[in-house]
Amino acid sequence: MTALLILLRRELALAWGRGGGALYACAFYAGMATLLPLAAGSEPQRLAVLAPGVAFAALALSSLLSLERLFERDFEDGALDLLTLGSPPLELVCAVKCLAQWIASGLPLALLAPLIAIALGAPPALAPLIVVTALLGGVGFSFTGGIGAALALGARRGGLLIAVIVLPLFAPPVIFGAGAVQAFAAGLPWTPGFIFLAAYSLAAAALSPFAMAAGVRNAIS
Amino acid sequence: MIERLVIDDLTLARGERRLFAGLNLTVQAGEAVALVGANGAGKTSLLRAVAGLIRPEAGEIRFEGDGGDLDPEEARAGGLHLLGHHDGLKSNRTAGEELRFWAAWTCGSAEGIACAIDALTLAPLLDLDVRKLSAGQRRRLALARLIAAPRSLWLLDEPMAPLDAANRARFGALMAEHLAGGGMIVAAVHDPLPVSARTVEVGAA
Repeated sequence: MTALLILLRRELALAWGRGGGALYACAFYAGMATLLPLAAGSEPQRLAVLAPGVAFAALALSSLLSLERLFERDFEDGALDLLTLGSPPLELVCAVKCLAQWIASGLPLALLAPLIAIALGAPPALAPLIVVTALLGGVGFSFTGGIGAALALGARRGGLLIAVIVLPLFAPPVIFGAGAVQAFAAGLPWTPGFIFLAAYSLAAAALSPFAMAAGVRNAIS
Repeated sequence: MIERLVIDDLTLARGERRLFAGLNLTVQAGEAVALVGANGAGKTSLLRAVAGLIRPEAGEIRFEGDGGDLDPEEARAGGLHLLGHHDGLKSNRTAGEELRFWAAWTCGSAEGIACAIDALTLAPLLDLDVRKLSAGQRRRLALARLIAAPRSLWLLDEPMAPLDAANRARFGALMAEHLAGGGMIVAAVHDPLPVSARTVEVGAA
C-alpha cells in the first residue's frame, strides 16, 4: 500500500513537474474550443446548441495528449522493468499510473470544461453537471487510454498509434456524457445517459489494468 | 530470503533467434558468478530471465530458501535487485528524489539510504538534476538502491563499466561485504569482477 502511495506521489510529481504535460492539455483544450466556433460560424444560437457536445468532444481529444507519456518514458529509461519487479502487482501499478494521469490532467480539464461550454454559449446552469460528467468521463478516458498506451509501447510514432487504438473506446463516454448534458439542457430525463457514463468509466477502471499489465509485460519481455 | 538460485536446462530465444540452450547454473549463498560471452550471446537476456522479465523457451529457474523452493513471484519481488543498462532514473528529477523513490519502492529504510549515500559518496550529488550527472555518477546513484534496500540476489549488467578506479574499488568492497553476508551476485561482465567469482560462459554451446 505504501509502495503504491509513493508511486502515486512520484507520478504526480513527474506530471506536474518540469516538462509535465497537464497545462499543455488545458491550453490545447482552450485552443480547440476557440477554433471550433471559427469553423462553425459565429451565430450564438447555433453555437449554444452545439456547446456541450463540442466541449465534450474537445475534452476527449485533449485527454489523448498526455497518454503517450503514461508508459513510454518509463519504458525507455528502464523504470518500467523495476516497477514490474516491485512487490505490488503490475495491474495495480498500471491502475495507479492511470489514476495519477486522471488527477494530473483529467481534473484540470474537467474544471475547464464548464468554462468552455459557457464561453460557447451554454447556459451557466449546466456547469455543475458538466463538471461531474467531465470528471467521470475523464476516468474512462484515462483508463481506456492506458490500454492504448500499453499496447503502443515500443512502437515508432506511438502517439499516433495510441490515438487510433483509443478513439473508438472514447466514443461511449462522449455519447453518454454529452448526451446527458444535452438532455438536461432540454429538460429531458438525463439520468440514464449519466448512469451509462458512470458504468462505462467504472468498468474501464476495474478491467483495463489487466489489459495494461499484459501489454506492459509483452513490451518489456 | 533466497539462499540458492538454480537454473536448470535453460533455453532462451529472442524472437526467432535462439540465444543458448541447456544452460545449467547453481549459485549458492556467498557466491559470485561472472557471466562472460561475446556481444549478443545472451548475458543480459539471462539476467532478465532470472528477474522474470523474459519467459524462457524451455527449462526452469528456481529460487530456494532454507525451507525449500520459494514462490518465484515472491522471491523476485522481495529478494533480488536488477541493475541493467537502463537505470530507470528520470533525468528531470534530482538525484535525491530518485534515490529516495527507488529505495522506498524496493522497501529500503531511511538508515539504508543514509548508509548508501555514505558508501557511494553521493552526498554532493543529491541536489543535482539526474541529467547533470556523468555516466559514472549516474551509475553510482543506481547502485545506491542495492545498498539502501538489502536483498540477497544482485543481478548486475556491466556494473563497473562507467565507474572510475576509486569507485570500482569502493563498489568492489561493497560486493565483497554483500557476499560475506550470504548474498549472491550474478554479473554480466567483460572485465573481471573485483571479487573472486566463478566464470560462466554464456552462448558457448
